[in-house]
Amino acid sequence: MAAEALKITIDRGPNAQGLQTEFEVPAQDNQTVLDVVSWIQQNADPTLSYRFACRVGMCGSCAMMVGGVPRWTCRTHISKVLDGNAVTIGPLRNLPVIKDLAVDMDPFFDKWVAAEGVHHGGLTRDDPIAVVDETAPARVEANAGIECINCSVCYAACDTVTGNADYLGPAALQRAWTLLNDAKDEGRVAILDAVSGNGGCHNCHSMGSCTAYCPNDLDPMSAIAGLKRETAKSFFKRGRR
Amino acid sequence: MTLRLYMLQRITALLMAPLVIGHLAVMIYAIQGGLSAAEILGRTQGSVLWFAFYGTFVAAVSIHGAIGLRTIAAEWGGLRGIAADALMWIVGLGLFVLGAQAVWAVTYP
Repeated sequence: MAAEALKITIDRGPNAQGLQTEFEVPAQDNQTVLDVVSWIQQNADPTLSYRFACRVGMCGSCAMMVGGVPRWTCRTHISKVLDGNAVTIGPLRNLPVIKDLAVDMDPFFDKWVAAEGVHHGGLTRDDPIAVVDETAPARVEANAGIECINCSVCYAACDTVTGNADYLGPAALQRAWTLLNDAKDEGRVAILDAVSGNGGCHNCHSMGSCTAYCPNDLDPMSAIAGLKRETAKSFFKRGRR
Repeated sequence: MTLRLYMLQRITALLMAPLVIGHLAVMIYAIQGGLSAAEILGRTQGSVLWFAFYGTFVAAVSIHGAIGLRTIAAEWGGLRGIAADALMWIVGLGLFVLGAQAVWAVTYP
């Protein structure tokens, strides 16, 4: 494999006239998709824009469409995604492209806040630290979703986001679900209201792309189902909306 | 899709499940040995039970279908805001008028 050259196509969008989009990259035994993109930028076309930071699957910066599906490129071996010796790499779906492989993540993070994915504290620094029971059912629910790295792979995978720009998306709603189950968070009413609006959890069709593509094996679809259950319960209890 | 629309669509779905089964079961039962308009009207005319059965059915279908079509129009057709809501109301009221006419026609004594 080391002697071969990989045929890499970079999807640089409709404004890329005149720019190089096909690259021959020397194959290595151990090579991630991010390694390939970095090789192109360092050796073939220094104008290629892309984003990465930690290179070890923690920061959530380097997600791209690889062979048509969203992936974290730093933890994806190129050998896993090659079709023959070729693959196409593009910017994340469902987000505005800034240039080449770099997308504007603002809508993604704005929706995180819109879903009340922020801490709602009830204590002051003078209060004793609240005890968290790791075995409580609510804590187990919360723990299932807290390893999200905000990479936006689920957001790019979601067809409901594609069809409805207002939809908050899987990552933001999963965050709302973890906070709803967090004993230290007191934003229950605010969260349930935030996920019950026009772009809320009830838009989800449970197609499951978020859960299928999450690189951390999280399950946003089930988290959203949890929000649907809780909002339905509060609908009968409080008659809200 | 707001919580209210979601709940209306789920509750009407719950209502329709037994109604659909009852509708199909009666159809299969009633056509044994042939069927005539007079025979149907003989059962339904003046029947409060069938009026309630199909009246509920029509109301549930109108609500359920209108909300569903609103979502399809929004996600596939890009319809937003007032346009989507207007479509929902037109479809819902249209279905209700058509259905209510039919229910009235066969149950009015």
